[in-house]
Amino acid sequence: MIRMTDVFKVYGNGTKALKGVSFTLDTGRFAFLVGPSGSGKSTIIKLLTGEVAPTEGEIIVNGYDMNTIKMRKLPFLRRTLGVIFQDFRLIDEKTVYENVAFAMRAVSVTNKEIRQRVPYVLELVGLEDKAKSKPPELSGGEQQRVAVARALVNNPSLIIADEPTGNLDPARSLEIFTLLQKINQLGTTVLVVTHEKALVDKLHERVVAIDGGRIISDGVDGYYNYEDEEKQNRILH
Amino acid sequence: MKMKRNRTGYYIKEGFSSIFTHGFMSFASVCIIIAFLIIMGSFVLLSANINDLIGVLEDENVVLAIIDENLSDEEARGIETQILRIPNVSTAEFIHRQDALYSFIGRHENPNIFSDIDYTVTRHRFVVYVHNVELIAQTQDDLLGVQGVARVNANLQVAQGLVTFRRVVNVISVVIIAVLLSISLFIMTNTIKLATFERREEIAIMRMVGATNSFIRWPFVYEGFILGGSGALAAFASLWALYRLVATRVVTFEAGFVSVIPFANVSLPLFVVFVAIGLGVGAGGSGIALNKYLKV
Repeated sequence: MIRMTDVFKVYGNGTKALKGVSFTLDTGRFAFLVGPSGSGKSTIIKLLTGEVAPTEGEIIVNGYDMNTIKMRKLPFLRRTLGVIFQDFRLIDEKTVYENVAFAMRAVSVTNKEIRQRVPYVLELVGLEDKAKSKPPELSGGEQQRVAVARALVNNPSLIIADEPTGNLDPARSLEIFTLLQKINQLGTTVLVVTHEKALVDKLHERVVAIDGGRIISDGVDGYYNYEDEEKQNRILH
Repeated sequence: MKMKRNRTGYYIKEGFSSIFTHGFMSFASVCIIIAFLIIMGSFVLLSANINDLIGVLEDENVVLAIIDENLSDEEARGIETQILRIPNVSTAEFIHRQDALYSFIGRHENPNIFSDIDYTVTRHRFVVYVHNVELIAQTQDDLLGVQGVARVNANLQVAQGLVTFRRVVNVISVVIIAVLLSISLFIMTNTIKLATFERREEIAIMRMVGATNSFIRWPFVYEGFILGGSGALAAFASLWALYRLVATRVVTFEAGFVSVIPFANVSLPLFVVFVAIGLGVGAGGSGIALNKYLKV
């Protein structure tokens, strides 16, 4: 669950990244966060993962108050999150299985549980037969599915995907979005930051649009709820 | 999900695997620790041998306090109390002048030529043993200050020569140890820095999935321990072999003059010190590198 209330973020160099952002994503829901470069999307992700602290306003992520959270508690917040990046961030020297298992080892899960859980999530993302392959041997779509499996493996309650299809062709992008929808249907909250206009339109999910550090629209059934189509196009391209 | 309680096995495994990802720097770290400990150990052993020699000299090196000839036997014996009050004096043995003469004659090749000499030509004396040979000059002065002591004979040259040599060795040791310790720490710090750099992607992923700071940092500390500990063990074994070789040569060529301490006499404390320093350099180098280069 995410709740941002009147959040401002001003960086040390004076850049005003967010100017009073408020939105809520309830447990088990799905939303796209869209906006042009420099609109504040990345800042929102950094705030949600605890990489930066808000200048003003309140942020609650999975029950953790990001204004008062202590450094030593951050790892425990991050264990409730699964983060997916545009560039996959896989370890090339490790196999698919090891890449996914690595996320479990990092939080000290027992070997027995790793052996049970990793094949399950690889099957969920359709990579059970690629367990022994290494990332360079996989296509972009497959690599991103490994990243999804890694994000899922510790059973997070919230998945944050930062431009997860930025490096993929439309067909592979649709696969990833469909996979994220499937994960959402299994009960995990999902927030996807994206520029994929056609796909956002196709999936008919909630779309939160941000521009200039402010939320400019929040539609429950795709971006066509926006009134200003010219602005929608600018946001989504 | 169930969490492991004991992560030591994981840290050691990660520490070992990290060593081989930057083999050359790891090798350099171990080599510098070996060089440092062998040099330090050599100075320690040299110093221990000098101390042993000085100890022998302290046992054998005596000061002769010759008593004023005008004092009676009883008065001469009475001086012993005052001599024993001197701080560095261990024991004092009274030698009657008659015994002194007999002893003198006994050491001569042809004792008969002294048959007509009266014992009154010699003087009463005390053979004085000291605690610390370094203070022998001061003790000599203190003895001369005792009323009734006419003259003091002490052989200062050998004892003071060894004492001076030991001081020089100690000063050189401290300087060399300080320099080598700094170099070892520097190289260890760079090795661990390189390790953190090579594993930066893994570190970023670990942070992202919620690994704690200690979980991320401990493998690097273990890497330092492994490098430092390996260096210490290799240095100890090398020094042992080297010392045995040198000791055998010294005993062969200088038998009867110089004795060498058996390595077994110093091996345990030396081993403990080596391992402690090896682990300390490993942990210190890791600590510096992690605080400086690994912000988690």
